[in-house]
Amino acid sequence: MSEGLPPETSPDPGARRARGGLRRRAHATTRGQTGAGWLFITPMIVILGLFLVLPIFMALWVSVSDWTGRGSPFAGTTAFVGGENYQELLTGGGLAQRDFATSVRNNVYYVILVVPTQTLISLLLAVLVNQRILKGRGFFRTAFYFPSVTSSVAITVVFLFLFSASGAVNKAVSYVGANGPNWINDPRGLLHIILGAFGADSPPAALQEAPFLGLSWWNWLAGPSITMTVYIIMAIFTTSGTFMLLFLAALQNISGDIEEAALVDGTNAWQRLWLVTVPMLKPTTFTVITLGLIGTWQVFDQIYTGTRGSPSKTTLTPAYLSYETSFNSQQWGQGAAIAFILFAIIVVMTILQRIILRDPDTVPKRKRFVLSDAGGSGSAATGAGGAPPAGAAKIEGGTS
Amino acid sequence: MSATTATRPRPTAAGRRRHVGRGVTVATVLTYAILILIAVIYIYPFLISIATSFKSQSEAATDPLSLVPQTFTTAAYERLLVNSDFPLWFQNSLIVTLIVTAGRVFFNSLAGYALSRLTFPGRGVIFAALVGVMAVPSVVLLIPKFLVINQLGMYDSYAGLIIPLLADATGIFIMKNFFESIPKAVEEAARIDGAGTFRVFWSVSLPMARPAIITIVILAFQGSWNELSHFIVASQSQALFTLTKGVAQLSSGALSQGTQYPLKLGAAVIMTIPVAVLFFVFQRRIMNASGGAVKE
Repeated sequence: MSEGLPPETSPDPGARRARGGLRRRAHATTRGQTGAGWLFITPMIVILGLFLVLPIFMALWVSVSDWTGRGSPFAGTTAFVGGENYQELLTGGGLAQRDFATSVRNNVYYVILVVPTQTLISLLLAVLVNQRILKGRGFFRTAFYFPSVTSSVAITVVFLFLFSASGAVNKAVSYVGANGPNWINDPRGLLHIILGAFGADSPPAALQEAPFLGLSWWNWLAGPSITMTVYIIMAIFTTSGTFMLLFLAALQNISGDIEEAALVDGTNAWQRLWLVTVPMLKPTTFTVITLGLIGTWQVFDQIYTGTRGSPSKTTLTPAYLSYETSFNSQQWGQGAAIAFILFAIIVVMTILQRIILRDPDTVPKRKRFVLSDAGGSGSAATGAGGAPPAGAAKIEGGTS
Repeated sequence: MSATTATRPRPTAAGRRRHVGRGVTVATVLTYAILILIAVIYIYPFLISIATSFKSQSEAATDPLSLVPQTFTTAAYERLLVNSDFPLWFQNSLIVTLIVTAGRVFFNSLAGYALSRLTFPGRGVIFAALVGVMAVPSVVLLIPKFLVINQLGMYDSYAGLIIPLLADATGIFIMKNFFESIPKAVEEAARIDGAGTFRVFWSVSLPMARPAIITIVILAFQGSWNELSHFIVASQSQALFTLTKGVAQLSSGALSQGTQYPLKLGAAVIMTIPVAVLFFVFQRRIMNASGGAVKE
């Protein structure tokens, strides 16, 4: 349709500037590409536009409306209710607020336990599997990666069996003379159990207040329920292989010279790992933590296949609650509002992580080889600590 | 955490060599021990699923750890394949996965090619929008997607299951990056010979992008075979159940009195087979695609 366009109007200004000397030639070959270009990307625009971009705006409208799922949300019967749905969830004081707060609590513990553990384990697996002299590397890589390719539905079915009351895990536990819990149906929070062991069975008066989202401090501090820990173990099991591959790629880009230099300096293997390798893996660690944060805030498939929030709502997650509120309770406005709050949580978490783990490039170049205590640099590089390792071992390719 | 400081007296060269030698043997044994232990933990759940699917109902409960069924029975599979909707789910999954994979290969490479090779007004804006779309978490789109699918009248149809998955931002990205790495000279030669844009794309560029296309095939097949949430919001009738949706329903108690572990695990095993085959066929490629060039 636009084949007759004069060449001057076709390339965008940035591209034109960048091309400089080749400009005339580029014009000659790009003649007629406008039509083809748009034709080529039309399927993508239609599919992604219709099913990714448009939905966001529709859902934004639904989240501020009182749509009940009947007819079109744009018909005259649906009214604008402003921030009512959000208000109900955040300050409403009713069941909706309690459920939402509970789901956020559950997911917070899930994130706190899964993200650092999966990062550490995948790093460990990558380091172990990366050794040059290791026999059967291919086998080990396959074994560790395989859980990542299988569907979360299948894995959940398997884990529900493994952790059932008379399942494989409890059987194994019984061999060492202990009694495993009823994993799939135990709402007791881990922290409550630990506190209970010290005799603190009921909340002290100070913790009975409910200052935040209508859930008492005591309930916020419950910890993940026994059932939730099954999902936590499962998440670590299924994602560590993927992240292992990311670490492996980064490890293989570290030149052997640096390791050798550290070896000559009289370091042992443990020091080389924490003072040389781990700091050099920082960009990958950053990626793994970001992907981990984004992924762990979206637990849905496993919960849907498994316990669907039970027991006592301790496996409810915002993603699943959003689905249930909309599809089962027909409160579409509230369900959409939960989805947007979840979106906001993910964005804020990612930004926070960026700020906390940001590299303070204030260390003078000459001091970058200074070795400080291993604990500091290790924990910061894996994201468990938080404070960046100022003055810790920081080695760059070109610094030697 | 017990890093010794650099102030420790340095061992002599000979002493260090002996020390290193001994350290390596102990470390090697330890490494293998740890690796084998972890490998067992990672593989055991899959082996036990296969074993249990051939056990009887009662044996699955009384002897959940053993890898060899005492009384070998295929009752679970018979039930699954003859007396349930399982074959239908499998068929639906297969239909959706094949069409989605083919669609993604075609549409992703079309878009990737346009974004990397063709110059047209609006390209920059489109690309920026694509990056923005990639940042939206998929779970957030669960309800919104239903709204659009419903509005378009595609709810509860194959169209609703398939069309929204036909292109994905990540795949377009992969194709775009790959096309950018192909030298332009080859295409220019074809163009001078008088080939049109689509012709150049189809007969010259696309065949050269084979490695990237294989990556798309792997990702698309695995992604759509394992997809659950989209199918939940896009359909409800039993006739459109895919494996993920069916097995999830099975897991939460349909079709069964009691626990029915052999049946459920058998279903999990069968639904894992296609992705497992794909994985083992393209294993080297998968491990290296994200693993970069392997330095041996």
